[in-house]
Amino acid sequence: MQQTRAVEFGTGLFVILGFCALFYLTTQTSNIGSYQQDDYYELTARFDNVGGLQVRAPVTVAGVRVGRVSDIEFDPERLEAVVTLQIASRFDRLPNDSDASILTSGLIGAQYIGIGAGGMDEYFQNGDEFEFTQGALILENLIGKFLVNAGKSDE
Amino acid sequence: MTTLVRELAYSLRSAVEAFGAAQLFFLRVLAQTPRALLRPRLIIEQIHASGSQSLIIIMICGLFVGMVMALQGYDSLSRFGAEESLGGVAALALFRELGPVVTALLFSGRAGTSLASEIGLMRATEQLSAMEMMAVDPVQRVVVPRFLGGVISMPLLAAVFSAIGIFGAYLVGVGLAGVDQGAFWAQMQQSVDLFDDLLSGVIKSVVFGIAATFIAVFEGYNAMPTAEGVSRATTRTVVIGAIAVLILDFMLTAVMLEGV
Repeated sequence: MQQTRAVEFGTGLFVILGFCALFYLTTQTSNIGSYQQDDYYELTARFDNVGGLQVRAPVTVAGVRVGRVSDIEFDPERLEAVVTLQIASRFDRLPNDSDASILTSGLIGAQYIGIGAGGMDEYFQNGDEFEFTQGALILENLIGKFLVNAGKSDE
Repeated sequence: MTTLVRELAYSLRSAVEAFGAAQLFFLRVLAQTPRALLRPRLIIEQIHASGSQSLIIIMICGLFVGMVMALQGYDSLSRFGAEESLGGVAALALFRELGPVVTALLFSGRAGTSLASEIGLMRATEQLSAMEMMAVDPVQRVVVPRFLGGVISMPLLAAVFSAIGIFGAYLVGVGLAGVDQGAFWAQMQQSVDLFDDLLSGVIKSVVFGIAATFIAVFEGYNAMPTAEGVSRATTRTVVIGAIAVLILDFMLTAVMLEGV
């Protein structure tokens, strides 16, 4: 009897420890937070170039995270990228002349969407589209422009 | 020359035969699983034998693998001035590869060998035949509880391995190498994806658990009933187990990375 008790105790301890480890891994070391978004509304934005933007990238206003990118598609008629943003419902007072731009965190960091707040009294509704957007800055293009300008100034 | 060809053909044929026998045995184990579930007592004992008693070796190895990851990662990353992303690098390496694979290899060495030699010795001392005489199916009574115990234990062991490995990486990375503590955890949470990284690691550990445990019980059950046969079954458990785990690892990784 003592023997079986020890076996049961050891097994129980082991299984509990295993599930604690799994729980710890999912909650403490992963991006589980970015999946917890219950109420949201959707906005779309068109960009000439999305660069390295990926689905689930954060959407920020003034540097604070308010939502995430839920979909990136290509519009074959207007030859533009259409990005769908999910914004948490508690941030429902974004002026509808706000602009969306694709920014990079740090020099080689991941790309995200920054929303610059506008000044209108009317707010974005579900399904609205950004009027003003700024696509990703492509480093090669920048360097190319810089070189061209440097060449001109020498003349 | 003809003898060589004949022997080659013979060994090829016996390899295919053994593979086929393993498939049939696997089906037999699966068919008996529901009835074995009616006796959870036996399974609990096997979880204790394969899981709880492997815990110490898994924890010690996890700690040191995590610490080595942090040392190596810090050294490589500091060449790019990216020491801060050490947390993300260590976590990804542990969750996606090292956790499941190293745990499976250790598991096959620690628990698989004892399963194979135990069942093999039962075979050699004709305990299995005695069960059949008493109309007790030895697959249902002996093999399936051991198989299920191993399959349940393996993912839990891999999770413990990864968690302790993270702790080891933290000790070395933050304590010894001086990476900023906040950056370590923040980078980790940023770069580890719940589904792409954690879930794929868990799926891997489940598959490895099935493979490693099944190879152990299969080799033990089909051991030649001699002392030499038992020892050969034990050796083959580790050798075939390691090969199977690494091949499966490649296949699973190829499938999982395709979507990324």
